[in-house]
Amino acid sequence: MAKFNFIASLNGEELNKSPLRQLWRHFKSNHVALVGLWLFIALTILATLAPVLAPYGVNQQHSDALLLPPSWDDAGDVRFILGTDDLGRDVLSRLINGTTYTFGLAILTALITTLLGVILGVFAGMSKGVRSSILNHILDVTLSIPSLLLAIIIIALLGPGLLNTVWAIILALLPQYIHSVRNLVVQELSKDYIVAQWLDGANSWHVLSRGIFPNIYEHIVVIFTMSLSTAILDISALGFLKLGAQPPTAEWGAILAENLGFIYLAPWTVALPGILLFFAVLATNLVGDGLRTALKKRKAI
Amino acid sequence: MQPILKVQALSKTFKIRDRFFLRKKFKVLEDISFCLSKGETIAIIGETGSGKSTLAKILAGAEVSQKGQILLEGKVIEDDGKRKTSCRDIRLIFQDASKSLNPGITIGKTLNEILLMNTHYDAAQRQESIKNNLLKVGLLAEHQDYYPHMFSGGQLQRIALARALILEPKVLVLDEALSSLDPSVRAQTVNLLLKLQQETGLSYVLITHHLSLVKHMSDQTLVLDQGKVIEAGKTQALFIKHKSKITQRLLNC
Repeated sequence: MAKFNFIASLNGEELNKSPLRQLWRHFKSNHVALVGLWLFIALTILATLAPVLAPYGVNQQHSDALLLPPSWDDAGDVRFILGTDDLGRDVLSRLINGTTYTFGLAILTALITTLLGVILGVFAGMSKGVRSSILNHILDVTLSIPSLLLAIIIIALLGPGLLNTVWAIILALLPQYIHSVRNLVVQELSKDYIVAQWLDGANSWHVLSRGIFPNIYEHIVVIFTMSLSTAILDISALGFLKLGAQPPTAEWGAILAENLGFIYLAPWTVALPGILLFFAVLATNLVGDGLRTALKKRKAI
Repeated sequence: MQPILKVQALSKTFKIRDRFFLRKKFKVLEDISFCLSKGETIAIIGETGSGKSTLAKILAGAEVSQKGQILLEGKVIEDDGKRKTSCRDIRLIFQDASKSLNPGITIGKTLNEILLMNTHYDAAQRQESIKNNLLKVGLLAEHQDYYPHMFSGGQLQRIALARALILEPKVLVLDEALSSLDPSVRAQTVNLLLKLQQETGLSYVLITHHLSLVKHMSDQTLVLDQGKVIEAGKTQALFIKHKSKITQRLLNC
């Protein structure tokens, strides 16, 4: 039997079977999730290359073309594919630039949250007794408040602004994050191979880096996608409420709020950022969901 | 001859939750004493909940006792609940090999980690040692690039064995390590263990339900019931002649 495996390994088949490869195989078989991933990648490219890709400047005004409908309309102009708003700004350029703010900033927010959340979560998970108990109960209290409400409270203290929004969302997402990571770590700590590792003479750092981390980082990615979708919604919601990004910043939520007055006159100025927001959250959730199912499938084998 | 492992009056109590904030004391082990010579096997049998597994964990250092001493080659390694040296001469093999190996990293990495933490070998020496140990338990050197989920149950138990043997221990504690295997694989593993015992003079502490294994492998037998040793002696003699009813019941089933 061993020999048989060995031959297979020479063909390179067995080498493909690392847990990560397995995960990718399961993920790949889920087509909806794959579409989500492509959408996600497209949005990321848009967010990073926005100034290069946008045909016009964000605040470049065209006084000859005010409230122009999208180009497929009879009254449209091919220069402005998705039309213009009341100040004659190209909607397409503004939306592309908005990706950087809403989507890109949300990724940045979620990344910082991940960094802080993993550090604190691991600390909470590894500590025992009174210390962990206190941390847990404080977290439980903050968990009972919805993240958007918590963000609004923090904004009320810090004052409106895009950067303050980011901090507020980080602080609002953190309790949930720490909680999830803590649960993962505690779950791992009770497993046999961790006990075996302690018996091998490992210290806490070894157990953490070699024992726990290789087995939970995929779960952390899942938590990351969940907090990312929350972050996108929160950034745009705060922008819409005029607590976050201030006009003329091209943040999707802010664009929506700015043009709300023209909803009957120029519905494209409101509908397009809404649709983009929908796709951004959908893509993130599809990727997260696909990852979660793939992880579950891998565990079942 | 000096015994390799000597356990003297080992006791352990757990505090378990009673009503409200009260804690109740629960004696898991009480006054356990036994000796084990080099190249010998001692079998520990008993019903579920008799403290066998706790004893195994204490011997291996995964838990601490409260009273009593454990001596290894005449040196005290645990005295009244204080583990004196972080010693790797007593190694534990777990009940379920698939759970005792880290699923996220390859076998080679797991073994390499152990050597890194406990020896001063350089990379080439570590590689050599990993290779030798895998060959010793009947696997191939190429298996070190495999992840645990790619092995069968019997192979995993062999890897667990390699993991225990890589630090050249003197005593191996087998906590129901053979129970989860099917008969033919179990026979293979038993033969492997006996061969290793002959070659290197390892001592085994065998904790099991299988009486045929006890008969086949062990020199001495210890019968535990509710944390107490109720009978002990040479396996052969014990199977023929025993005093207590509990032993009778265990042997009958």
